[in-house]
Amino acid sequence: MAGTAAAKDRSQRRQKAMIAEHFSRLARAPETGERAVYTYVPGNLTELVRNFGALPVLPEINALQSGMRGKSRDYIAVAEKDGHSEDVCTYVKCDIGMKRSGNIGPTGERLPDPDLLLLSYTGCFTFLKWFELLREEYRCPVVMLHVPYQGDGVVTDSMRRYVVDQIRGKVIPALEEATGKAYDEDLLREHLARSARAEDDLVAVLESAKLRPSPIDAYFGGVYYIGPIFSAFRGTEEAVQYYRELREEVEERLREGKGPVTPDGDMGEERYRVVVEGPPNWTSFREFWKMFSDEGAVVVASTYTKVGGVYDQGFRHDPSRPLETLAEYCMGCYTNLNLPSRVDLLAKYVREYQADGLLVNSVKSCNSFSAGQLLMLREVEKRTGKPAGFIESDLVDPRYFSAANIRNRLESWFQMIEQSRSGGGAP
Amino acid sequence: MSGAATAEVVARAEALVQDLRLGPVRAWKEGTGGLAVGYMPVYVPREVLHAQGVLPVGIVGGGEMEIIRGDAYYQSYICHIPRSTVELGLNGGLDALDGMLFPAICDVIRNLSGMWKMLFPGKLVRYLDVPQDFDPEVGGRFWRHEIESLAADLEARGARPLQAPSLRESIRLYNENRRRVRDLYRLRIDEPWRVPTHELYLVLRAGLVLPVEEHSAMLDEYREAVLADAERRPLDQARVLLVGSFCEQPPLGLLRTLERSGCYIVDDDLLQVHRWVKGDVALDGDPLESLVNSFLRDSMAHPTRYIDRDEKGRELVERVRESGAEGVLFAAASFCDPALLDQPMAVAAVEKAGVPWTSFKYAENNGQFQVIREQAGTFADSIKLWSGA
Repeated sequence: MAGTAAAKDRSQRRQKAMIAEHFSRLARAPETGERAVYTYVPGNLTELVRNFGALPVLPEINALQSGMRGKSRDYIAVAEKDGHSEDVCTYVKCDIGMKRSGNIGPTGERLPDPDLLLLSYTGCFTFLKWFELLREEYRCPVVMLHVPYQGDGVVTDSMRRYVVDQIRGKVIPALEEATGKAYDEDLLREHLARSARAEDDLVAVLESAKLRPSPIDAYFGGVYYIGPIFSAFRGTEEAVQYYRELREEVEERLREGKGPVTPDGDMGEERYRVVVEGPPNWTSFREFWKMFSDEGAVVVASTYTKVGGVYDQGFRHDPSRPLETLAEYCMGCYTNLNLPSRVDLLAKYVREYQADGLLVNSVKSCNSFSAGQLLMLREVEKRTGKPAGFIESDLVDPRYFSAANIRNRLESWFQMIEQSRSGGGAP
Repeated sequence: MSGAATAEVVARAEALVQDLRLGPVRAWKEGTGGLAVGYMPVYVPREVLHAQGVLPVGIVGGGEMEIIRGDAYYQSYICHIPRSTVELGLNGGLDALDGMLFPAICDVIRNLSGMWKMLFPGKLVRYLDVPQDFDPEVGGRFWRHEIESLAADLEARGARPLQAPSLRESIRLYNENRRRVRDLYRLRIDEPWRVPTHELYLVLRAGLVLPVEEHSAMLDEYREAVLADAERRPLDQARVLLVGSFCEQPPLGLLRTLERSGCYIVDDDLLQVHRWVKGDVALDGDPLESLVNSFLRDSMAHPTRYIDRDEKGRELVERVRESGAEGVLFAAASFCDPALLDQPMAVAAVEKAGVPWTSFKYAENNGQFQVIREQAGTFADSIKLWSGA
């Protein structure tokens, strides 16, 4: 995904093949009769969608793929020309522009129109507006799943019941209607059991970064690792196999004392261990990654890799409570946590992963992540005594990626870390 | 009465609005010993607070106030209201408040609830997650529980327990208040020269810091004064509906500018807490259930609410028809996700209905209105030209 010349390990190649096959199935859906259910990454109900034999389509994934392939600029321009504000989320505009440009997916094949828009509204207000906009585009059925925010940092019985009632009373009937298939709870349990197995392996991979040197990069590499489980594959046998293989690969790197794989091959000396808050920029992903790897900076933990579940904090899909576990999953994703909980998690990462500091990549498009990050930064700095850095970019709008600016800020931050190490004290 | 009576009521309202230290709230607390709890736009169940002896205080930012510390909490691409609200919190302007409620408007206000918890740990802070499911057995049950939980939190801080008789009485008072607001909106539709929006706005905004009983009296005074004001005469202005200004409020100068540019604002999205519930909340039966049902079944179609079965923009077009508006001014705060993401759908609806429109953005602290004046003036002129007036 990061460019043709980039070095890739086995798991990346497998993932690429899985995703290509998924998009190919989507392209063939009008002929095969497979149903397409559009939904979002955070708090998605992939196991349930798969339970009905439908194929999930994730608009954020399409947008980020468009960003990586240099297509997002034109798609965004199409949407803005049609009246979408320059102020709002570029994922939305990229998606609208892609649709109006023929809805050609990342593999160059046309994506099917949705048979159902599953508006699982977890951690992001924009999701609500996004599918209202898509409903106007496609004139197709929509089912809303309102997922309450953890405003007080907890999931209450009332919140759980609210989500379960919606899944049972609204989402399942809508999926039955869209697919013509009946709900099969035993089958759902099988999917959920497979999810939990893959989740175990993902956590082992992510936590390998606690060791020195870290065998993985938990942000730039991490976005590949989360790809299958956060998108269309959670609950499938393919995902189980992928995560087993990924874990074995990482364990092999550990045995060999290797650092992470970077776009240029194995990384050299691990000079900085950092925690990153916020999504990456996708339009200059490789260049962005190299700003870190060239300096010997390894991201040992990131919050972006928790938008589809904070598995490392103990959550596992539980087949014995199928709808309840789905509800808890939806409510537990990172951007559905309140700011004090996010600060707690970041401070914990800095400590547990022995990081040199926290870096915030603040993206213009995503207020769910970005609003409050400056206070979070100061709070984590205060609690850990480690220097924090701050850069700004965007998800898929290349107009908001300034390489020189970001590089300057990163260099200053690395100097602060050096100063802090040499007894200069934390800021 | 003459114009002087109107001016007096409006001046009194403006003084309340301009008092960013919440003097009237402090005075109320000293007089009653009760709690005062702030709330952000656009809707909170004020009746519940009132029934528990708590003064609900609407906080809609700091307007044109100078921002010294608040900007350090926000990136440049985030709207202005949270930074001025943080500024007010940090400079002591909100010290009179015992807590803050952050209803579900957008991710910025949602995250501000968490920031408030960190910045003001001694205060009651609640994110009010209003339901996006409108089934009484699902979203209704959830919302009822949210309200009961809020009431319990208030009680834990010294407020009276929430009881049906007092809640019923509070609903009655707020019904009366909303009825007065509706009447003034109706009067503005019928005779917009009598009720300039920049005045109506001040009189409504004063209600954010007054007990509902006092605010209803102020609304009566204002209505009586403008009806008796013989100096007010119709002008040749275009009738417009102002859409999108529901959270961060436009500066008063902007409202005056729109009116001076040749527009009668005959309906708007300003200070919607007064009009969120469209009709009366039922007084018979369980009052809490009535309050819940009014939210589920009788709320405004709004960018922050999921529109389930209805068609997007239908209510907006209806408002155009009912108000006799000849055009729509889309006026959103810069970086306001709900308004700006909604706008393409709203524009499509008014275009389909053949209603002319134009759009601009503002921030609560804008001081220059010349460009907007020219734009609105041109829009008003073109409406008059098209309508053959």
